[in-house]
Amino acid sequence: MRETVELHKKQGVGRAGGVRLLPAGLGIRERTIASAVLLTGIFLFILIGGSLVTDDMLRVDLTNIFAPPGGSHLFGTDWVGRDMLLRTLAGLSLSIKIGVLCSVFSNIVAVVLGILGPTLGGKVDALVSWLIDLVLSVPHAIVIILISLACGGGMKGIVVGVTLTHWTSLTRVIRAEVLQIKEAEYTKISEKLGKNSFYIAKEHILPHVLPQLVVGTVLIFPHAILHEASITFLGFGLPPHEPAIGVILAESMQYLTSGSWWLAFFPGASLILVSMLVDRVGKNIETLISPATAYKGI
Amino acid sequence: MRLKAENISFRYPCGHNYVLKDVDFEVESGEIVGLSAPSGYGKSTLGRILAGYEEPEKGGAVTLDGRPLPKNLFNPVQLIFQHPEKAVNPKWKMKKILTESGTPPAELISAMGIQEGWMDRWPAELSGGELQRFCVLRALTPKTRFLIADEMTTMLDAVTQAQIWQVVLAYAKEQGMGVVVISHERALMERLCSRIVDLEQANSPV
Amino acid sequence: MKDEEYLLKVENLGVSFSQYTQGLKKTRLQVITDLCVELRAGEILAVVGSSGSGKSLLAHAVLGILPENAEETGSIFFEGRKLSQRDKEALRGKEIALIPQSVNFLDPLQKVGDQILSGTGGTSGPGQKRRRRTEQAEALLARYGLEPGVARYFPHQLSGGMARKVLLQTALAADCRAIIADEPTPGLDPDSLAEVLRDFRAAAAEGRGILMITHDINAALQIADRIAIFYAGTTFEIAASSDFAGDGAALRHPYTRALLQALPDRGFTPIPGSQPLPGELPEGCLFCGRCPQQTEECAGRRPMFRDLRGGKVRCIHAT
Repeated sequence: MRETVELHKKQGVGRAGGVRLLPAGLGIRERTIASAVLLTGIFLFILIGGSLVTDDMLRVDLTNIFAPPGGSHLFGTDWVGRDMLLRTLAGLSLSIKIGVLCSVFSNIVAVVLGILGPTLGGKVDALVSWLIDLVLSVPHAIVIILISLACGGGMKGIVVGVTLTHWTSLTRVIRAEVLQIKEAEYTKISEKLGKNSFYIAKEHILPHVLPQLVVGTVLIFPHAILHEASITFLGFGLPPHEPAIGVILAESMQYLTSGSWWLAFFPGASLILVSMLVDRVGKNIETLISPATAYKGI
Repeated sequence: MRLKAENISFRYPCGHNYVLKDVDFEVESGEIVGLSAPSGYGKSTLGRILAGYEEPEKGGAVTLDGRPLPKNLFNPVQLIFQHPEKAVNPKWKMKKILTESGTPPAELISAMGIQEGWMDRWPAELSGGELQRFCVLRALTPKTRFLIADEMTTMLDAVTQAQIWQVVLAYAKEQGMGVVVISHERALMERLCSRIVDLEQANSPV
Repeated sequence: MKDEEYLLKVENLGVSFSQYTQGLKKTRLQVITDLCVELRAGEILAVVGSSGSGKSLLAHAVLGILPENAEETGSIFFEGRKLSQRDKEALRGKEIALIPQSVNFLDPLQKVGDQILSGTGGTSGPGQKRRRRTEQAEALLARYGLEPGVARYFPHQLSGGMARKVLLQTALAADCRAIIADEPTPGLDPDSLAEVLRDFRAAAAEGRGILMITHDINAALQIADRIAIFYAGTTFEIAASSDFAGDGAALRHPYTRALLQALPDRGFTPIPGSQPLPGELPEGCLFCGRCPQQTEECAGRRPMFRDLRGGKVRCIHAT
């Protein structure tokens, strides 16, 4: 039987001369779960909200242009009287879709290259390492713009561009992990117990790589949506008729000088908020799965 | 059965010095042989070569009744490491670790002093002495013909050391398993072994 | 003996960790209970116990380096003064030094000589000063029979025995009063072992107190004046080394006798079962279930740690 906190207190050892009492508040697991739930809620709200926004709702209303943020229009209206809250929602929902696609595709590339490299070793591994170095050594934004243009722009261009530039960091992490586990004593023992390499990959390596994958995927997401917004803003990404955040920000440039600050502020802030939230969740999961911190009730 | 190492020479990659040079060693089924030498004389390296963890240089070979050790199959020569913490996958529970080589008989589990409640634990929850019992038992399969114990109980207290060795000795006797004891503790070797090979004399690395 | 006369005194130390078990269920895992140790100036006290008996945590508690999720109860006195966390931080490395288990704790990129002197203030300076410091390091090394050239080695160039000496030097150079040595003996051949133990003896003769943490009772018997036996996070016995002579008739606790009888050059006889895990401790005496002298009374409550024949014991049957 495990001694619980209650039992511990009953025995009266808990207080006498204690150096430091632990905060009775939330531990890392509670915080992670809370942030993940909050994030999922916000995501669902944006995705559902965004898909409910129809062209009809974004009708031009010239009697109500440049309305500052207020009661009937929380985020204000633009130069043709469209509600900025609805436009932001639609834009964010598009951003999230692109972010998820980019994360998943980068993830797939990272798993394949990260496991194949060390497993096949030799020239394959050298090639993987070389590819990683190559991609890391050129500036992201320029490569994404080039790839996006070469793919004819649009959603496809952005997803391909971001994926091809963002698989590297995760691949490096996975490759290092696989290399280390392949050399671990327990893996060698497993080989001597007659286990084949498929068993070892599935039973010994995968349980170590899986959590890294989750974290890696979550952490690529904010990069993806920020890149999407920035290259769309520059005009190399999504076309102007899409309700993307980048498009909204680009348009707002013309009216900022005339004092319509809300056109850029709310969409931009929402985008940053979403990416910070995702980043926070990723970091929390990282603490949760790291052996150094996993079991600590802090 | 006879485990035989002939003409073994070994250098680590990038190293110029031989760790082992023209070493011969053999052990019979049921025999318990000690391997002693000061540190740096290649005791552990020879142990790893005997169990197929390292390959000797050309001209040398490890054979089991004249045949080379099997590759990619169960190896009848099993090696126990000094640090059990590294020899278990931290992401596996103890039951899975123990049964990776099959399910050992209940008598053996209790003789090792392994409690039922430990099976659902993670390795991080057990101490070195407790983990080593699992590692030894995992290696004692019905197919194991030789056991190489490389400083197997060096990090353990005397009671746990005696407990683990008594189980291994009884098992070796019953199954006719050969054991190679690598240790720098003279008293332990004298207690366990019928023969002690001094690697300081057998091995003359340059 | 009064409290002030002990260099280091640990009284009823308890350490527990707050941990997640499953999902969101948190438990407080009591790893050390009622641990008592006293170290006098000029003596070597060996703390002997198996892995998981709490001997390393004792060192961490004394040095104030327990992890964040640990909670500490009981008291630790140094020269009669009760230590707070801040005191420990101030004393650490100056008055109380730790000799870690392996060279891995040395900075791999710094020369040995500089590391030995790092406890005494700035590591290296220009010209004249630097030369003087090198001489100082070499003098220290020479005192324990190491070549002066060793000062210019990097840690990875040291053999096991040399590394041990260097680690001891780093503690001695800081001129501390108490030294805690964590497992200083494993991996040493008999000659290096004898030499390391001799160095410890010499350090104690200068009036330092040395707390040697080990699982190797033979090494402890070779060097220590007194031996504290740890089991499942508590102290079972504190005995003079001479009590272990012969068949151990002078020993007080059945576990200590079992430990002696399990040595390869004694009976090599084990006792069945295993040390209980933290969180699964029995209600009564922690040796319950493995003890040959066990009675009903033992299972009822934990025995007190009491004085007996010049030593201390935690067993109601000891006479």
